[in-house]
Amino acid sequence: MSTGPVAPQWRRLHPLSPLVRAGRGVTGLLVVFVISFSSRSSDPWNVVGHVVALVALVFLAVVSWLVTRWRIEDGTLRIETGLVRRSSLRYPLTQVQAIDTVRPGFARFLGLSELRLRMGGSTSGSARLAYLTSAHAEQVRDELLALASNGSNAQRPADEPAPLQQRRLVSVSTPQLVASIALSGIGIVAIGLTVAIAVTATLAPNATTAGLSGSVVPLLAIGAGIWRRFNSEYRLSVTEGADGLRLQSGLVATSSEVIPRGRVQAVRMVEPLLWRPLGWARLEVDVAGRQDRRSENRSEGRQLRAVLPVGSRDRALALLDRIIPGAPSPTAPPPKRARFKSPVRFRHLAFARTEDCVVGCGGRVARITSWVPLAKVQSLRWSQGPVQRRLRLGNVYIDTAGRNVGAALRERDETESQHELEQLTQLARAARRRVQPL
Amino acid sequence: MLDWRHPSPRLRALRRLEVAVLTALAGIIAGLTAGFAVRWWAGAAAVAVALVGGAVADLLVGRRVAAWSYAEREDDLFVQRGLLVRRLSVVPYGRMQFVDVVAGPLERSFGLATIRLHTAAAATDARIPGLPAEEAARLRDRLASLGEAQSAGL
Repeated sequence: MSTGPVAPQWRRLHPLSPLVRAGRGVTGLLVVFVISFSSRSSDPWNVVGHVVALVALVFLAVVSWLVTRWRIEDGTLRIETGLVRRSSLRYPLTQVQAIDTVRPGFARFLGLSELRLRMGGSTSGSARLAYLTSAHAEQVRDELLALASNGSNAQRPADEPAPLQQRRLVSVSTPQLVASIALSGIGIVAIGLTVAIAVTATLAPNATTAGLSGSVVPLLAIGAGIWRRFNSEYRLSVTEGADGLRLQSGLVATSSEVIPRGRVQAVRMVEPLLWRPLGWARLEVDVAGRQDRRSENRSEGRQLRAVLPVGSRDRALALLDRIIPGAPSPTAPPPKRARFKSPVRFRHLAFARTEDCVVGCGGRVARITSWVPLAKVQSLRWSQGPVQRRLRLGNVYIDTAGRNVGAALRERDETESQHELEQLTQLARAARRRVQPL
Repeated sequence: MLDWRHPSPRLRALRRLEVAVLTALAGIIAGLTAGFAVRWWAGAAAVAVALVGGAVADLLVGRRVAAWSYAEREDDLFVQRGLLVRRLSVVPYGRMQFVDVVAGPLERSFGLATIRLHTAAAATDARIPGLPAEEAARLRDRLASLGEAQSAGL
């Protein structure tokens, strides 16, 4: 299996990793197994087929482990993998946007964790080292972070000394988290379904079994979604350290993530309709780099990382101030005539900007406020639809690296929107130069 | 103040050809289907509808092509487009990750190419269709060199 000259520091993943990687597939197979077993119990070939599939799965995982090796050299992480199609991947560490340490339940039981490096750029994926022993993973993470920060030193504001000791910014209480999930969209659906099933069960017990068997799959999906959200936000704590923000959370599958300084592309505050009477808000940060949809830990499939899953508005704003110092609050509402174009959204629309940051507020049901540091602006767009042209209105969109976040200045006055487009273009350029002198 | 440039006039010819081909195809298919399914007059009516649609599209195509324009500023590229929904994209050179030049077979036969700009944001949708091949190459090289000179990290 050894190809080419063997360098001294090539390292392997932990020998137990194929077991963990196959673990998920095995769980899935077991479910299929049980279902097919209960429906057609008298077919021995079925059982043999499943066992063969299981063995093949474990075998493939072992082969994949055997041919995978990695090392760190001159500021790059190199991973070589593949049996038939050998691929050698290089990840320049200066482009690291965030590093996650993920411990799925089973891996945690075995004392293993997975390192995931999120890289910048819309085309590159993330580098994965699955799995290492937890202590080793911590050590490698710190090593990688140190190498990564060499490249991004210029991003650290000079006037602000790096905080030396860890400072805890957020910790979320479990009852509040439970209440917040119950009051979210998926929670309402789950409660509604439970009530509906309970009502049918009491009124027409015969119809219940038929109805239940049809709705097993959606119920499972909803349950899994709720569980994932609860697990990824359970006891979330955010600490601010020398290397950036450190997020830790999880009940069964734990994950910890480090976002180096100056890597936050945008911050978003979401206030769902049902949370607003309670004055609650959720704060999310956007980091560049594509997230693997097919990743084994599904909780990372989400776009945004919540730094405050639920908390009072004041706490959210205080945390925001730590992430983007001097972030403005949206104050300028659009002209009154915008009500005809966006009657529902109108009450939320507002914007503001400073030299460093622009904020736009919108959202039809939930109020969504997005802050974008001007140094992170990728491109700006202006658009005007036919109705807006009649009303002399225009939109300005501020695009950031990432999928769908970015601030928007909606339904502004036509001349104002064009003026803002020009102003923001210039401010963004100035901010970019300030952060990264040419 | 800004030097707005437009795609090649040949883009209009290309788009009109596309409309003509689509109209012909739609007319033949709709005419035959309606003609065989109902009667010959239904087929004729379907052909007439397709032709009217093609004529309207032909009128709009010219205006849509005319709506495209781009301008190179010192630090950013401006791209303007759209008839019903007007859009203007501003892409700083320093944010460009790569520049694509695409030319399909039909475009190539007209000597045209489309330039597409990519930044780290998925939402950036700056592209310029219908550039003459040499202008596309010039713009690509210029954007690439400017992008390299002003490149900023994420």
